[in-house]
Amino acid sequence: MLAPERTWWKPLGRMEKTWLTVAFVWCIFLTLMMPLWYFMGKQNVPTETYRTTPEAFGAKVNAFVDQYTVGSDAATGMPIVAPPAGSDIYLRAMKWQWYPVLQLEEGQTYRLHISSMDLNHGFSLQPVNINLQILPGYDYVATIVPTTNGDFTIVCNEYCDVGHHTMAGKVIVVKK
Amino acid sequence: MATLAPTTPWTSSAKDDYRVCGVTTLKVDMHTERLIIANAVMAVVCLLLGGIAALLIALTRWQVFHLLPADWFYRLLTLHGIDMLVAWIVFFEMAGLHFGSTALLNARHAAPKLAWFGFILMTVGGLMVNGVVLFDPNSSVMFSAYVPLKAHPLFYLSYILFAVGALITVATFFINIVVAKREGRFTGSLPLVVFGLMTAAILAVYTLLEGAAAIVPAFFWSMGILKNYDPGIYRNFFWGFGHPAQQVNLAAMVAIWYALAQMTTGIRPINEKFSRLAFILYLFFINLGSAHHLLVDPGLSFAWKAVNTSYAMYLAVLGSMMHAFSIPAAIEVAQRAKGHNKGLFGWLRNAPWGEPGFAALIMSMIIFGWIGGVTGVTIGTEQINMLAHNTLRLPGHFHATVVGGTTTAFMGFTYYVIPLIFRKELKLKSWAKLQPYVFGFGTILVSLGMITSGLQGVARRHWDITFAGVVPGTVNITLAIFGIGALIAVTGGIMYITIVLASILTGPRLEADNMLLTTGTNNPLLESTKLTDEMMERPQNQPKGTLVLVFAFLAWFAIYYLSNWWLLGRTWFIK
Repeated sequence: MLAPERTWWKPLGRMEKTWLTVAFVWCIFLTLMMPLWYFMGKQNVPTETYRTTPEAFGAKVNAFVDQYTVGSDAATGMPIVAPPAGSDIYLRAMKWQWYPVLQLEEGQTYRLHISSMDLNHGFSLQPVNINLQILPGYDYVATIVPTTNGDFTIVCNEYCDVGHHTMAGKVIVVKK
Repeated sequence: MATLAPTTPWTSSAKDDYRVCGVTTLKVDMHTERLIIANAVMAVVCLLLGGIAALLIALTRWQVFHLLPADWFYRLLTLHGIDMLVAWIVFFEMAGLHFGSTALLNARHAAPKLAWFGFILMTVGGLMVNGVVLFDPNSSVMFSAYVPLKAHPLFYLSYILFAVGALITVATFFINIVVAKREGRFTGSLPLVVFGLMTAAILAVYTLLEGAAAIVPAFFWSMGILKNYDPGIYRNFFWGFGHPAQQVNLAAMVAIWYALAQMTTGIRPINEKFSRLAFILYLFFINLGSAHHLLVDPGLSFAWKAVNTSYAMYLAVLGSMMHAFSIPAAIEVAQRAKGHNKGLFGWLRNAPWGEPGFAALIMSMIIFGWIGGVTGVTIGTEQINMLAHNTLRLPGHFHATVVGGTTTAFMGFTYYVIPLIFRKELKLKSWAKLQPYVFGFGTILVSLGMITSGLQGVARRHWDITFAGVVPGTVNITLAIFGIGALIAVTGGIMYITIVLASILTGPRLEADNMLLTTGTNNPLLESTKLTDEMMERPQNQPKGTLVLVFAFLAWFAIYYLSNWWLLGRTWFIK
């Protein structure tokens, strides 16, 4: 709290130097982990994005659903869509539903397009625990490979008005 | 040698209206005193409002009670975020800026009218936003108010008024320093605490300007004047305000840490250069942190996110790690110089644990660093963020930083502001001794409950996660830990507000006669001026214990960080 003496620019002590060096090396390690994982890791944040509009994206979702629907979900009546492996698949977020129900095969690759029709939404795939931010006007493309099978839930984890907590969708992964 | 009693006498011009503090020998401008009191009172009012909301929210997320209906949950959550994250902390910081730019520099307040104008704008904005959120059903848009979620135009106007008021107050901080320098009130460098506050003030300027860039267009958009407002652009600007605003809190909190350490244990910074360099690192790099909120947003490249989220190679993190060494080390050296020299931690055993300011300092540092800092860096890693984004791990992290860290430190500092600035006797001293521990312990449980819930995928800002039917049963346990912690923290908050109100509303005005509140009649602040270089450099006074502590910290940091990569490696492949 007090004014320092006139010359306070003094060399660092031994312990300060030690800690500064160790802390700096740790920071470099933290920095390097990200590019390292980017090139070596299998879980990276998708970056592929296209501009879209709710109308254009909605039309793609409808075409996708028309083409690949295999049934309807008993609880919600929502179409269950089973696209071929390797294809572009579409998921629509709007208050307060994820549409449609996706049926995927374990170990196959899919290009998952997600966009919102209205507000910000949060794509939170549980219990896999993958979370992405979904914005209207942005077609966000995640290239995914389900590595486990069973029923998964998509929770909305970005507040989207008062019905937010009722917004849950479904992904079914079947064994090949 | 540092001096406490100012050497430059004040002119006896009509402008100078001051008193000399009997405890610190500092000159306190009467305008400063009144401004500090006004800002501190508003801070506590906002803390009270936000605290009531906190209790009700926590009792809703704790599934056993699930108290509020959904609309009130979201409404009070919005209120809680704004009152706590912005109003309480910023009002308190403004009080700190008035103090730092005058009393600590032996200077007068050069722009009191401007400062009052700023205060009034902040007060109007702060109260108005509470009113709008409470009475307008469409303004429960959360603290972040993501476009295109639309609130009432008055909601955005409140933000703007508050921010402009804060900006004006920050301007008076700089005016005071320039005038003080010009009038020769102090010579040489700024004291370290003022240097830290100055870092906070500089950060605050561009933080508030970025806030304007986000909120002003939103204001026009909410009135229909602006037709389209890109949600991605809004998020970018908003977090240019929202995250750096927390870094303002960080810099101010660290400045308060140095102050508390000096007031309660009589430290001298072990190396001014080291501590100042750490603040400079904040200044240059911490603004990049807004990317933390955009790591899983569409439209941004890996390179952009990696550079920004790492504050360009974690240099701001380095700044915090430097303070994490330098403050305990200074305490250790000061304690050892007093003869508390036994073993590695004898200095710590003999520390004034019953002194509210010291208790608050220690709780604040532990919670901020060991929980807040470690979890923050981890979830702010580009890829790991996919596991954490918008889960309860996020609020788990920032309750450790701004509640356990900043708020605990500010609460502890308040206990000294009451006798020294309000000039009232501190009442309920036995409560004040306990309060930092109660509040800190509650906050630890809150954070850990949230973090462990978030690890299991529980979403933040969510009225009832069980609705989604996905969460394993252990979530009920972790949410209960969060709930119990919240009850304890709220108890600590009630203790704090009761102590403050009992002290300032009752009893006569009383000149303080002691620095320490509960642990002695000595004056550590004056003792610190007697700590010579020679005493600090003696081999037996070196901070060996602190070095052990910081390495233990680093080990914990590494374990937590690396285990998150392991967790990430187990999930679905995605790119």
